[in-house]
Amino acid sequence: MNFAKAKELHRKSGAALPSVAVPAAPVCSRSLLSVTSLGVEDVSAILRLATLLEAEDPAARALRLAHRRVALLFYESSTRTRTSFELAAKGLGADTALISSQSSSIEKGESLKDTGITLRALGAECIILRHLSSGAPYLLAQATGLPVLNAGDGMHEHPSQALLDVRTMLLALGRPQDAPGATLLHGITVTIVGDILHSRVARSNALLLPRLGARVVLCGPPALLPDVAQELGPGITIERDFDRALGRAEVVMMLRIQKERLTGVHIDLDEYILRYQLQRERLLANGPRAIVMHPGPMIRGLEITSDVADGPQSVIEKQVQNGVAIRMALIQRALAPEQPPKSLRAAPKPIPRRSSTPSRKRGGS
Amino acid sequence: MSAMLIRGGQVVDPSAGVDARRDLLLKDGRVAAMEPPGKLAAAAKQADAEIVEAGGMVVAPGLVDIHVHLREPGQGYKETIATGTAAAAAGGFTTVCAMPNTVPVNDSVETTRWMQSAERNPSARVFPIAAATRGSMGEALTEYGSLKAAGAVAVSDDGKPILGEAIMHQALAAAARAGLPVIQHAEDTRMTAGCSMNAGALAFRLGLRGMPVAAEAGLVERDLRLLAELKGGRAHLHIAHLSTAAALDAVRRARRNGLHVTCEVAPHHFVLTESAVGEYNTNAKMNPPLRAESDRRAMLEGLLDGSIDCIATDHAPHATHEKEQEFERAPNGITGLESALGLTLELLHRKHKVSLSRLITLLSTQPANLLNLRGRGSLVVGAFADVVIFDPGAEWIFRAAATRSKSSNTPFDGWAMLGRVRMTLSEGRVVYRAD
Repeated sequence: MNFAKAKELHRKSGAALPSVAVPAAPVCSRSLLSVTSLGVEDVSAILRLATLLEAEDPAARALRLAHRRVALLFYESSTRTRTSFELAAKGLGADTALISSQSSSIEKGESLKDTGITLRALGAECIILRHLSSGAPYLLAQATGLPVLNAGDGMHEHPSQALLDVRTMLLALGRPQDAPGATLLHGITVTIVGDILHSRVARSNALLLPRLGARVVLCGPPALLPDVAQELGPGITIERDFDRALGRAEVVMMLRIQKERLTGVHIDLDEYILRYQLQRERLLANGPRAIVMHPGPMIRGLEITSDVADGPQSVIEKQVQNGVAIRMALIQRALAPEQPPKSLRAAPKPIPRRSSTPSRKRGGS
Repeated sequence: MSAMLIRGGQVVDPSAGVDARRDLLLKDGRVAAMEPPGKLAAAAKQADAEIVEAGGMVVAPGLVDIHVHLREPGQGYKETIATGTAAAAAGGFTTVCAMPNTVPVNDSVETTRWMQSAERNPSARVFPIAAATRGSMGEALTEYGSLKAAGAVAVSDDGKPILGEAIMHQALAAAARAGLPVIQHAEDTRMTAGCSMNAGALAFRLGLRGMPVAAEAGLVERDLRLLAELKGGRAHLHIAHLSTAAALDAVRRARRNGLHVTCEVAPHHFVLTESAVGEYNTNAKMNPPLRAESDRRAMLEGLLDGSIDCIATDHAPHATHEKEQEFERAPNGITGLESALGLTLELLHRKHKVSLSRLITLLSTQPANLLNLRGRGSLVVGAFADVVIFDPGAEWIFRAAATRSKSSNTPFDGWAMLGRVRMTLSEGRVVYRAD
């Protein structure tokens, strides 16, 4: 091809192609599948609601979603997230049902779509999903039309974790929870360290924090932190040297090496510990005022030592506590976005009957 | 047998160097005559020919798709030879070459014959591509001579690339002796375990493992090296569904060095990019995956400059329940027979001003030549009466729900298409007629 023709071709193909028909079924707007669907003011509203709910009289709070039905659908093991969502739902008065991949028809081969439709038929009004496969919450939300809260999907996202991390940072830094969304973390540098590649927590935080004014520094070896991670969005840089990354950080977030997701990646653990373990001397030398976070589960002695995890700079337990408040806000938002507290109502609201076909088929098929 | 006169159309037949108004007389399943308008009136009357008015239409040799999955034997819930070829006919295709990843794998004379039996009730001519190794296990060659005698037109382990160097070398040499091309699905599967889309920033953000460009380009380069070692023989390597600029460059270099290598590209690889995956749209999941914009443009350039030999759809039907799964679990592939012409006309012809003659070359003449399908992809006198009549200016909306295929896994549902097929004839028989 001659040059002029090639240039012409480039010019033309740069023009918009017809856009792809996205699978038709809509996702309920009260779902939370990715932090990217939240505007910065949505984040502010969730933080304010979390504060309000946490401070509310438990008896009054328990009337908010009295006898509404929330299903917890867990395809992967979980301690914190599952318990936290369950306590959050119960704190609002909702009835919860836990379905895990063992001890359910999932073991017999029932599809995610059919499982979701079954839960909807049983009266579930909101599904909280933990799944091994990235993107699974989109499928569930499209199949059921229900609000779906992503409680961690594969290597993709863990949006409620990022929100509880924001709340924890604000409290630890002594910053207000009710500032305009885009300035909440203005001027703060958050360093995320370790197995970024396999971490949904890292993705949700890296996608959310810069929009709230923070700088995100990613730190780890190339095998666990490919250069392409920097392209997640604006406000993200990579610093391979942990000491330097720590030196810049107001907040340092440590991540576990996800052995269950390592495929063909070989990590020399001694070398890793030497370079990337957060231990007391390193912290005192490079980040004496940094706040230490970890989404859990921790492997003490690997990415973090006990003296740091249990030390004065650690807010790891606070993260867990804040999880309940944030998840109450997310469930409230999913089920009763505009409702005032129900403390004045006499009787619980009856369970609404749902007609059977809110979802259109995907992909026109 | 009956006769038909197709009158007043614009005949576009690159094999005969024709792009002009011509009347076409078909008799006994063959092309009987092609003459300027009006000249065949007497002959048509004598033959008692049915008259088809084709004013304003393009009359072209039926399209030839050398890469389809018809799923029979064994997976009739996805597609049958009858439904797959009905979709072919609706899309203007009169010849399809069926890949061997059936159940069982087509590695035998019996299956090769079974697929071509009239009992399958096909609406287009089906040429099987037989497995290159037994069970497509990559260990022992199949019987190329007898498979060819039974009707196979190439050998391939499509979907299960031939990774072993020694066995690929043997396959190329044995296929050359038998006079068959070897078709390679170029993917070094050692680099793509657990991957479900193109490697890059988007895969990273979606938390999906990505197939690197090198997995395709690396195996293409390996195969070209093997082909070079066999130089002097008549080995013909054909690269299936090329998707990366790097692999295309390797093919170009090899051609300049005189190697007999050819390649095809699927419409989705010159129309879409990885961004179509969007929010885990499983109808944008295929293998090779949708790539970056630079790769898409490279595919377009390759089509325009002639370094890509033909367009093939990689029609890969899957049932709805299979595609309505988690992205990583959903099977690879999309249907393509009914959208190929409309997409190609829209993008190559209208947008990039590729002539109709060149387009028919890519969709009919060259694919037929590549696999030595005699009498196909041509309207010269004596050729099979495989004809597509389409309205080149008609705009329409492609609806997956209206498909003739048994499956509707396409990312093009609701897309605007250019060029509507009005009639398709397979060996003189009307196999599709628009309402």
